[in-house]
Amino acid sequence: MLVDFLFELRKEGLKVASHEWLALAEAMELGLHDSSLDGFYRLARTVCVKDVADYDAFDRAFARYFQGVTEAALALTKDLEAWLADPGALRELTDEQIATLRRLGLEELRALYEQRLREQKERHDGGNRWIGTGGTSPFGNHGKNPTGLRVGPGGARSAMAVAGERRFAAYRRDVVLDVRQIDVALRGLRRLGREGAEDELDLDDTVAATCANAGDLELVWRPPRRNRVKVILLMDVGGSMDPHAELASRLFTAASRAGRFAKFRSYYFHNCVYEHVYEDAHFTKRVAVADLITHSDKDEKLVLLGDALMHPAELLDPGGSYSYALGSRTPGVEWLRRLANHFRRTAWLNPEPDRYWAGSTIEVIAALFPMWQLTLDGLAGAVRYLTRGGPRPTVPNPTAWAKAAGG
Amino acid sequence: MAFDQFTGTDTYIASDELRHSVNVAVALGRPLLVRGEPGTGKTLLAENLARALDLPLLRWHVKSTTKAKDGLYVYDTVARLHDSRFGDGDVKDVSRYIKLGPLGEALAADSRRVLLIDEIDKADLEFPNDLLLELDAMRFRIDETGREVVARERPIVIITSNNEKELPDAFLRRCVFHYIEFPNRELMARIVRVHHPDLTDKVLDQCLEVFFGLRATPKLRKRPTTSELIDWICALQKAGVDLGRIGGGIPFLGTLLKTEQDVELLGKRAKA
Repeated sequence: MLVDFLFELRKEGLKVASHEWLALAEAMELGLHDSSLDGFYRLARTVCVKDVADYDAFDRAFARYFQGVTEAALALTKDLEAWLADPGALRELTDEQIATLRRLGLEELRALYEQRLREQKERHDGGNRWIGTGGTSPFGNHGKNPTGLRVGPGGARSAMAVAGERRFAAYRRDVVLDVRQIDVALRGLRRLGREGAEDELDLDDTVAATCANAGDLELVWRPPRRNRVKVILLMDVGGSMDPHAELASRLFTAASRAGRFAKFRSYYFHNCVYEHVYEDAHFTKRVAVADLITHSDKDEKLVLLGDALMHPAELLDPGGSYSYALGSRTPGVEWLRRLANHFRRTAWLNPEPDRYWAGSTIEVIAALFPMWQLTLDGLAGAVRYLTRGGPRPTVPNPTAWAKAAGG
Repeated sequence: MAFDQFTGTDTYIASDELRHSVNVAVALGRPLLVRGEPGTGKTLLAENLARALDLPLLRWHVKSTTKAKDGLYVYDTVARLHDSRFGDGDVKDVSRYIKLGPLGEALAADSRRVLLIDEIDKADLEFPNDLLLELDAMRFRIDETGREVVARERPIVIITSNNEKELPDAFLRRCVFHYIEFPNRELMARIVRVHHPDLTDKVLDQCLEVFFGLRATPKLRKRPTTSELIDWICALQKAGVDLGRIGGGIPFLGTLLKTEQDVELLGKRAKA
């Protein structure tokens, strides 16, 4: 039964394997689970989950899996009580029954049974919300403690209640992030190389050279290791990006931190890239995109941040720019294509949730630039792609429209 | 050996869940990896665990330049060279120049030790991988002398991490993990009580009100944590600020907020 639980955890994307299974089995043999479901919840989480970002996944798997088991255990308990009432019948236990008994133990069965009884009571007076659906608190409406049912000594909360409550949802990896988290994610974006003045003592080579020199000191110097990655950040500002301004500024803060990249340049655009991008967010200092392309090495990493959401005409029509004064003749999509074609690795970070991508201009742009949602996972994916390459992400539920429009 | 060995100490209040995780780690003989917001008492856990179990504590503070081998032993070649040149002591005996690191000491000790590996994520990415075998088998070999060190009793290993880097899966697999949640108000009151026993209920309540209010302020870059709250109350007491009447501005804001943007933000909110 434990094996099934571990597979349930794997279904939620937790990396549990035989190592964890053995540890869990060993711990249960030592009685660390306290012979109760609550104890088991704590034990299993401690042993199987290695990152707070996965606590929520664990909670969901636990709630789903043990919902069924408590019911099964009730049936087992009834059988058990019948056997206990008639000890003589025990001799006729099938092998399977004996195995079950050995596996569970009376205490644990009792604990499960009690758990089940509690559950029954609540179901009768509280409506059918034992395991949180859509994030509703499981015990919200039966007027006890608003944060959940208290059971057992020391005010320990029932495991199912904790699991159902999903307190750790905020730590999930697929949610938006703060500067520190972005900082950490961007650390992956590096390619170290030795360049510049030789001002670091190379200890190993010094030892070797000294030995070769029959013991007279021979110092060997080398240039320090530096990150050689160059980054160009293009940011969409204003209009539909306003709700995401705070998030965009966090990304900018983390990316522009001194010494992070060998070279870091950032430009702004509004809605879509046309002839020009701007050095400042007030659009006063223009830089021609053609110049930007000629002055950039194709190995520089181009990162775009924007919602990629606009009227299709703004992207696809010649002169579709938001400002007629610019008199644009080339459609935005063409400028984007030129950028995408020039750089070897590009990434588009989109603050819009990816379930809304299909069927809008986002889909057209995602065909040009590999696009990730701006979450911890998305950012990590983008960083991985920029440094190591690999498959491009796909838009969920693609539509035919975008293909026709972009092609 | 009893399971519930660790129940916190008189100066360290551990939540039920933390106590449980510690006891699981001790019983299974696996390292306990502790994560949590800065200032939630990750490092203090090891000190107090050692105190509660009455075992000696060894600390290994990891830095960005730390190598895994440093924790096991260091071969002091310079001292040996010095001795050979200036004729001091027996240079032939290499073992004299082997200095055990904290992990090495914990394994070589003849009784159980508590070992704190602090901020493991500060070191190089490969650092945790280099420790896999030693933490698993609790043994290592000193190449220079051929001595094999095997732990008589598995040390209790507490590892803290601030999430600066992803730790490798193979390393995580060998650990027991606990995330120290930020204490709720009830637990926080108990924690503050331990450090400031003479605080009256009313004052404590007001301090917590201000503190949790501050933490709930949206868009703060660094939210104040337990250690900052304790410092703040300490500053209030030392300066003799009437704790019963902290209204209006917050005195000694610098102990709670650590970036000028946050102070600015709070100022703006207070005006509005």
